[in-house]
Amino acid sequence: MAGELNCACRTRLDSGFSLDAQLRIPFDQSPVTVLFGPSGSGKTTLLRMLAGLDRPAEGIITFRGERWFDASSSLCLPPQKRRAGFLFQDYALFPHLNVAYNIAYAARPGKGREYLKAFGLADLAGRLPRSISGGQQQRVALARALAAEPALLLLDEPLSALDAATRLRTRHQLRDMLLTAGVPSIIITHDRMEAVALGDWMAVMVGGRILQAGPVQEVFRHPVNGQVAECVGVENVLPARIAARENGLLTLEIGAARLQSIDSGEAGPVVACIRAEDVAISRDLSATSSARNRLAGHVRSVILEGPLARVELDCGIPLVAVVTAQSVAEMRLQAGDAVSAIVKTTSVHVAPWSENDSAAK
Amino acid sequence: MDWQAIWLSVRLAASTTVILLMVGVPLAYWISFSRRRWKFLVEAVVALPLVLPPTVLGFYVLLAIGPRSPVGALYARLTGGMLPFSFQGLLLASVLYSLPFTVQPVAAAFAGVDRKLVEASWCLGVSRAATFRRVIVPLAAPGIATGAILSFAHTMGEFGVVLMVGGNIAGVTRTVSISIYDQVQSLDYGAATETSLFLLAISFAVLAATYALQRRVWAIWPAN
Repeated sequence: MAGELNCACRTRLDSGFSLDAQLRIPFDQSPVTVLFGPSGSGKTTLLRMLAGLDRPAEGIITFRGERWFDASSSLCLPPQKRRAGFLFQDYALFPHLNVAYNIAYAARPGKGREYLKAFGLADLAGRLPRSISGGQQQRVALARALAAEPALLLLDEPLSALDAATRLRTRHQLRDMLLTAGVPSIIITHDRMEAVALGDWMAVMVGGRILQAGPVQEVFRHPVNGQVAECVGVENVLPARIAARENGLLTLEIGAARLQSIDSGEAGPVVACIRAEDVAISRDLSATSSARNRLAGHVRSVILEGPLARVELDCGIPLVAVVTAQSVAEMRLQAGDAVSAIVKTTSVHVAPWSENDSAAK
Repeated sequence: MDWQAIWLSVRLAASTTVILLMVGVPLAYWISFSRRRWKFLVEAVVALPLVLPPTVLGFYVLLAIGPRSPVGALYARLTGGMLPFSFQGLLLASVLYSLPFTVQPVAAAFAGVDRKLVEASWCLGVSRAATFRRVIVPLAAPGIATGAILSFAHTMGEFGVVLMVGGNIAGVTRTVSISIYDQVQSLDYGAATETSLFLLAISFAVLAATYALQRRVWAIWPAN
């Protein structure tokens, strides 16, 4: 398991969608990469170009120093030469071959049986794909791809065809299987939980561009701009102006409200990103605490979501908080209640404002 | 009944079908998967025999294989024989005449094979040729069978092209339909009825088999 994937590709689809993806994935440190982004952001197109199924208009793709695609010299290796296994969203199992033959399809002699056993599919060996469950089909597809001993594995939303219960169960199995196989992988997903559970490295793709790439936790904690912040599920992305800067702290002006944050060196127009779970709610309107940011306002709505509750606040600025359902019950929170919202200074992440930030529109 | 003519027709139809499978299947593959811009021209040429009067097709084939044409001259030099009014000439004409009956069902069957299965095979490192053999052909088998059956049946009943290219030589180019025509001309309605009924029965059986295949009345793959 080694090497690096470098991709700088541009293409334009018939639909007018343009893709311009710059991506470098160091597989040495992070075997599983998640390609994350909303539907229609071009993730599948990018993955197909990496596999050699679609040809970019311009650019270059190298893997482990080997050139897979280079527009300047009209080089485009066919999928067979790249040995990049591709797991399709609906698995694309050969319907006329049973499970054993599907797995052995491109495997060296003996390998097929080995993978059949390793993936716990021996009991299904003689069954046709249409007669086994979605979860089993997914395992067959993964076994088939790995049995061909690929250099890189590309998975297009591998869990999306499964029902909710199977998806949760399979998520962790999938990561284990990929790590055991030791094949560098790129997984497409638009699900945040999946991204966290599956990936080491993460690339965020929006509108045909890679906006940020890095270790998963890093991307979630420090989105480079408001667009990425919204994309990775930061509920509060607020356009702000830097009003003051002193002692390593920033004072942000957000509409009528003022918030303090750690000075990360940003300048110019910024967005303040605050995770909903980092917003605390207090009925006490005056007391001081270690938290520097205390905004008075009122509750607009309370929505119970299982053990948690989503509370929408109006503090001069719209703010979303996620607290436990228990707290809501104890505080008897209702729409219209006067409360204060408390945010720790360290929980306010400042990122540069980008033109596409919808919050700013 | 003119058994000699029936046997000749069967031989002609069988040979035509075999040649068409060898020529038509690769052609159908090209039509299904090629992205060339001028593909439509090839499609139109292949479909021509569907709309062209058989006499017109036969006339051109006759000109093309005559001893003074390059094809005819080459054939004469190689074999010492002549193509017009021979079984081989008839075979060539039949292949052209029935081409769309093989190519169209097979191309439709190829196009119906899920593209992702083909791509999956490629990504597993399996060559295009092997993918064709191991994935596309098995999945398109009903369409290929349909194409073969239709070509066989179509050749069995051809008339105009045979008359133009082959003439009416007993045992060499006198096929069933020409035999029936002869029988009617000589007012031998009894023999004509018998032979016609025979051809009708065969045609019906063949078409019934074709539609059954398309509806997959018979499972192609063993159920599990």
